[in-house]
Amino acid sequence: MEHTADMGIHVEADSLPHTFEESAEAMLNLMFELESIKETGSVTFGIHAKDIPMLLVEVLNEILSIQDRHGLAVKRLLTCEIKPRNKGYLFIGTLRGEPFDDSCHPVKTEVKAATLSGLKYEEKEGKHIFECVFDL
Amino acid sequence: MPLEVESSLSIEKTTDYIWQIPRTGDMRVCCRIYADSHTIEELLKDYEEKVRTGGFTPALRQLINVATLPGIVKASFGMADIHPGYGFPIGGVGAFNMDEGVISVAGVGFDINCGVRVLKTPLYRKDVEPLKEQLANKLFRNIPCGIGSTGEISLKEREIDELLVEGASYVVKKGYGLEEDILYTEEGGCIKDADPTNVSHRAKERQFRQVGTLGSGNHYLEVQWVEEIYDQEAAGAFGIEKEQVLIAIHCGSRALGHQIGIDYLSTLEAASKKYSIPIRDRELVCAPINSKEGWQYFTAVNCGINCAFANRQAIAHLARLAFAGVTQTRPEQISQLYDVGHNTCKIETHNVDGSVKRLLVHRKGATRAFGPDREEVSQRYRAVGQPLLVGGSMGTASYILRGTQKGMEECFGSAVHGAGRSLSRMQAKKQWRGSEIIKELKEKGIVIRAKSKSGVAEEAPGAYKDVDMVVEIMHRAGVNHKVARLRPLVCIKG
Repeated sequence: MEHTADMGIHVEADSLPHTFEESAEAMLNLMFELESIKETGSVTFGIHAKDIPMLLVEVLNEILSIQDRHGLAVKRLLTCEIKPRNKGYLFIGTLRGEPFDDSCHPVKTEVKAATLSGLKYEEKEGKHIFECVFDL
Repeated sequence: MPLEVESSLSIEKTTDYIWQIPRTGDMRVCCRIYADSHTIEELLKDYEEKVRTGGFTPALRQLINVATLPGIVKASFGMADIHPGYGFPIGGVGAFNMDEGVISVAGVGFDINCGVRVLKTPLYRKDVEPLKEQLANKLFRNIPCGIGSTGEISLKEREIDELLVEGASYVVKKGYGLEEDILYTEEGGCIKDADPTNVSHRAKERQFRQVGTLGSGNHYLEVQWVEEIYDQEAAGAFGIEKEQVLIAIHCGSRALGHQIGIDYLSTLEAASKKYSIPIRDRELVCAPINSKEGWQYFTAVNCGINCAFANRQAIAHLARLAFAGVTQTRPEQISQLYDVGHNTCKIETHNVDGSVKRLLVHRKGATRAFGPDREEVSQRYRAVGQPLLVGGSMGTASYILRGTQKGMEECFGSAVHGAGRSLSRMQAKKQWRGSEIIKELKEKGIVIRAKSKSGVAEEAPGAYKDVDMVVEIMHRAGVNHKVARLRPLVCIKG
């Protein structure tokens, strides 16, 4: 989505797990040529948040964090589980990708963070709709 | 006559270069924008379009949202480079009193203390013109940039903690730079009240290998030359002259800063609810400055500020070595003009309605611009005011300005930070190709090296406002004063 300084995403998915996966793909596609990344490794992680839109933002931000900390080029996110926990929701997912190597992973733009600005999540006519702005 | 857009928004022209949105509804103060008629028309056009079609919050609405936050003093300010950000507009300044005021992630940004450092070389344009290609290659090889890049300083957590407290000095101690660099860095390159225990392990872990990296997006390193001097006295104090070659570095606190912002989003969201702070945009989550959560975030931000000073210090050292190697000069002949951030919040004293008050001043995409005689300004510059380093966009000019007394009185000593975007990255990529931009700039005598061609298209000079106009507005308004105009010779992008 058009945003003067940064970049927004609008995701429509047929299920909540797919909303997480497609939002992650939209973000990763801003950063890398995804077809250049092989799925030779994986990292599984869990995130807790009070509501679904915050959970989506926190998961996207955790992907950015894991990429740096593990030196990974992430190709995709697989949702393992989303369940209510402690007055909120717990997300467990797996990132698939390989160690980052700038000689074989063409880069695009660095995403600094997923923000809460313009944050929107709703279920409408069987679709899960998510909008979010990234700080680039 | 006020321009009516809808019942909730009217803008009044106060002077040729100051416009005001009066206080209405839940606004606690008015909004003041440094702009000419054209800029206001563009801002209103964007506002009307968003009202009509939806989409992300326009800059004027963001400015109004900031005006509703508790404890805000005087006005919610927009500098001449104002454009939509997240929560705060970019080019937004908000000062809050220390009793009721709040601290907000959106008022600082995720790239804490993103800023500009400028180095002065002993050479002139004619000396460097024949060496541009060599210089570009050497700088591009020596300065780590782009996604996933790692710096040559590798730190462990204990060492990161020291860096977060000591800032640029920590890196100088390691041999990266000159002791005197510290004298010409805002806050002496080390802001106090930085508490690493309020920075998460994973924020520190992300920075283990990122000290001394440029990043990507709008970050750059440029070799520039002084095209025009407007203020001889200030130029003399800053030690610059016509045709002289300078090196400008634009980057911030890298992943550590990003992670601090990410970590505190949820903390401040909880605090907003706990302290019943009314916010119009979820990104404006905040905490009272004098609350536990607010102070924790403030001391973490100060760590991010010190991290950015250290990062630019390390890059400056690498740039010195590369430049000196190619031009047969010595690294110590390259001295520092100044280093100043434009994504910060700082406790400062200002005169408000005749009395001196301690305020927390957020500057999001806005530079501190203190006028003459402020003790925070380096001794050498104190008589003329603080240098401001305003970045252009690859093919366009950059500026060195100075702070003024009028700026102190009107807008807490603040300034623009750059040209400000006028087109989104998507629009830019539709309009230009990276390879075409590189070719066009080469024809203009500017050599580009970049990790990402699509990144070059996103940062096309045409995607930005006219920096000359933006600077002229601030100059004519009297809040910043033009000292010198710079032109690029070489540009390194991530």
